[in-house]
Amino acid sequence: MTHDHPKNCVLPKRFFAFGLIASALMLNGLVGSAQADETTLPGNITFTVPFGVGGGTDVWARFFVPWFSEHLPGEPTIMIDNVPGGGSINGANLFATRARSDGSAILATSASTQFPAMLDDSRVRYDYADWTPILASPTGGVVYVSGGMGENQESALETLLETPVQFAAQTPTGLEMPVLIALDLLGTEVTPVFGMRSRGEGRLAFERGEAEIDFQTTSAYLNSVVPMVEAGQAIPLFSLGMLNEDGELVRDPAFPDLPTFNEVYERVHGEAPTGPGYDAFRQFFASGYALQKLIMLPNDTPTEIIEAYRNAASEFISNPRFTDESDAQLGPYEPVIGNVVERHLANVMTLEDATRDWLAEWLDRQYGVSL
Amino acid sequence: MIDILLSSLGQVFTLPHLLYMMLGVVIGLIVGIIPGLGGIAGMSLLLPFLYGMDTTIALGMLMGLVAVIPTGDTFASVLLGIPGSSASQATVLDGFALAKRGQAARALSSAFLASMIGGLIGAVILTAFILIARPLVLSFSSSELFMLTLLGLSMVAVLSSGDMFKGIAACGLGLLVGGIGMAPATGEFRLNLGIDYLYDGIPLVVIGLGIFALPEIIDLLAKRGSIANHPCELGKGWKQGIRDVKQQRGLLARCAAIGSLVGTVPGLAGSVVDWLTYGHAVQSAKDRSQFGKGDIRGVIAPEAANNATACGAMVPTLLFGIPGSGTAAVFLGGLMLLGLQPGIGMIETHLDLTYTIIWSLALANILGAVLCLGLAGPVASLTRIRFAILAPLITVLILFAAFQATRSAGDLLALGLVGTLGVLFKRAGWSRPAFLIGFVLAAGAETYFYQAYQFQGVGAFARPGVAIIGLMILAAFLLPWIKGLLQSRRQSQTSDLGAAVTRSKSSLPTLGAIDLLIFSGLLLIVIFAWFDTREMTLLGRVFPVLAIGIILVAGGAEILRMCIRSVKWETQPMREEIVWLGGFFSLVGLVLTIGFISSATLFSLAFLLFFAKIKPWLALGLASGVCIFLLTMAHFMSLTYPSGILDSWLFG
Repeated sequence: MTHDHPKNCVLPKRFFAFGLIASALMLNGLVGSAQADETTLPGNITFTVPFGVGGGTDVWARFFVPWFSEHLPGEPTIMIDNVPGGGSINGANLFATRARSDGSAILATSASTQFPAMLDDSRVRYDYADWTPILASPTGGVVYVSGGMGENQESALETLLETPVQFAAQTPTGLEMPVLIALDLLGTEVTPVFGMRSRGEGRLAFERGEAEIDFQTTSAYLNSVVPMVEAGQAIPLFSLGMLNEDGELVRDPAFPDLPTFNEVYERVHGEAPTGPGYDAFRQFFASGYALQKLIMLPNDTPTEIIEAYRNAASEFISNPRFTDESDAQLGPYEPVIGNVVERHLANVMTLEDATRDWLAEWLDRQYGVSL
Repeated sequence: MIDILLSSLGQVFTLPHLLYMMLGVVIGLIVGIIPGLGGIAGMSLLLPFLYGMDTTIALGMLMGLVAVIPTGDTFASVLLGIPGSSASQATVLDGFALAKRGQAARALSSAFLASMIGGLIGAVILTAFILIARPLVLSFSSSELFMLTLLGLSMVAVLSSGDMFKGIAACGLGLLVGGIGMAPATGEFRLNLGIDYLYDGIPLVVIGLGIFALPEIIDLLAKRGSIANHPCELGKGWKQGIRDVKQQRGLLARCAAIGSLVGTVPGLAGSVVDWLTYGHAVQSAKDRSQFGKGDIRGVIAPEAANNATACGAMVPTLLFGIPGSGTAAVFLGGLMLLGLQPGIGMIETHLDLTYTIIWSLALANILGAVLCLGLAGPVASLTRIRFAILAPLITVLILFAAFQATRSAGDLLALGLVGTLGVLFKRAGWSRPAFLIGFVLAAGAETYFYQAYQFQGVGAFARPGVAIIGLMILAAFLLPWIKGLLQSRRQSQTSDLGAAVTRSKSSLPTLGAIDLLIFSGLLLIVIFAWFDTREMTLLGRVFPVLAIGIILVAGGAEILRMCIRSVKWETQPMREEIVWLGGFFSLVGLVLTIGFISSATLFSLAFLLFFAKIKPWLALGLASGVCIFLLTMAHFMSLTYPSGILDSWLFG
């Protein structure tokens, strides 16, 4: 399917790879000293990834490394430093305390870095207000039910509204939280069974027939659920949607034919969703999906260096070769850059008191979890 | 299908494929041999090559890496008593015991041969099985998975037949320690004392190193000899090992089959399979007196199984994108980096790649085993070196390995604490494997029980699969008992009085100062755990409470047994152990203040000069070797160490 796409760019990448090894062999400084541009970007950049090698965010971060390296002034060497643990809290904490603000340190974050910060987890010692986002990668997601629940989308939705079903989830406050909120706002009786170690395990429980409803993010949905949909084993109900430039929830470009949660809500309740519950859904959807993965710099990095990163990003994003590769590797979404990502992020990361109160009450009522 | 099978075979035997696979195998062996590194570190070495590489060649290289890690880690398990990875924990028991009897070469050569044949059997099974595996994997619901963890736990009964209650109490403690961290059912955090490090629970590597390796080092230092306390002839051991494998071919085949089938079960395999097969070896043996003291079957069984498991674990990895073991998780990451999405497409559209993977797996197993067999003889001579010379090097290696678990100071402190527990358990004869089994299976037992009950209600335990595994568990408990009964009847018939007398004498409960310490420690831990979880929801709390119950009932039963039968008081001297443990903690303190590289170098130098009393030039050479090793590792595998005043000044 996608395994042969990198062939057209074998040479520069391979060359870059060997450059990496060469620089790892030599002691610090040998490589970097050759470069002195007017923006004085360091020759060696450490890219902290608070997840293990080969995980989703790691693969994502590694995808961007050659692009940044090529387009930043002086073509610096970017080394990935994986610091897993605490569901990415440890690595982000470390970055918050140690990262230099001369452009030599960048950080990758993901939903599991954003959510604890929004929920004021006691282990979090970082603050998103201290960081400037360079680039964000969105993802969407689809909620689907087992093929036995109806002939088509509409009848399946009706069955769902009447029958209690189970959903294999990870934790109450994890990536599935906005989905759980959405399903509750719709008025369904979905009981999550927690303790799955990944969305993949959740999908397995669905395929085994233990769970009747499931949710997958875009790339997993396209790869593993679409065949089930084609075989009649699964019926997609709605996508979570996507944020447009003005911050409005619109149809997901990957699933233009699927209604969004908002549309389904309107169909069921006769009016558009509002209120603190919907605000909670919207904010956690935005930080967990619409801006799921972020590349960050410390705030006090000199403006011209931040600009250099931003320019590099906007340069390679308009490159058609980037679009092709990104389509194949990361899914059908264009990264969000520049002021747009900064504005969106600022809007999402702090919860209003009313939203927070609603969420605390909801988590306690539903799952006995206290914030 | 046959043509795809053959064309992928042709693909595997092309020169670039072979060369890159060799690279994968060599890196896999290096990271396998060095404790604590494992697949992730190997992956980071291969990553620079991986981007933009031809897919089939890259798969061969990845497979080379993944397939030989459970082969390479046997060195550390057998020679040093260090469980290299979760796949070779059971190997430590008899492998290291054999090394101590001067038969390291024998243990190593049968381990490698068993690994190779096990891996080949696994690959053959996988070839046919992968096409039909999907429905079988899907038939394993959470209730069958729960029963499998129970089957794993029942091995505690097999392994501690003499001291059943102590074994169960140790297992209960393992379950409780394994319950530290997040409650799977509610996401609540428990038993973490508010320490950040404990939020994720204690890493398995740290537990394995602490409970097995540290006590062995201290024990060997106290004895002041070499690891092998019998003189040995290396060449002879080598041939003996191969003969052992030939003799135990039935056991080997059974364990490889168990390994590859259990390996296909997603989410479990890596952790239970070596104990399941070890337990099987014990159960099926006529004479069990030598297990734990150096029975070659205790090496062959888990080693045959762990390479087969690596094959089996490819099924959930390739078909469902769910890694069946730690190394499979690394392989999955590699697939993602290559832009390959695992799933049903691996059979329908990429069958050629799937078979390339399987063939590479088989070939890598052969290459890895041959290389290791070549190394076995020379490396085994390590066991003849005076242990005082090896001790500082191994200690540094253990600290290094433990720190790679989560790269926090907590790893080193936890290592010391678990090591203390290990020393106490070893001195007083409490089963360390039982503790480890409890720890390893805690998460699975809790999660799958809760999920099975939640998904299926009471019906979860009325399924045919559950009944079958249930019968196997029953057999694990009853067989030793029935066999014991038969044996004693036979003995009384032949009126072999002597044997009967020694039997009853050896089964008389013993008690010593350390036992009392452990009993009171357990009581304190139980009280603490009870109060710590008091405020939690029922679902978050029920598992630790169950573990508490197991500890209390087993501990109570042991005390009752002592009250009923007369107790033999045993003096258990501890002074020397306390000194060594104190030394270890001071070393950890030094590492955290002045940095790992400098304190490891200085510690090795000082230890070699003043304790081992070897020639100064040799001590200097070895200590700088330690320093160079650590620096090289840091550069090539982008590892980090605890930094301190001296390190940040010296090494930046």
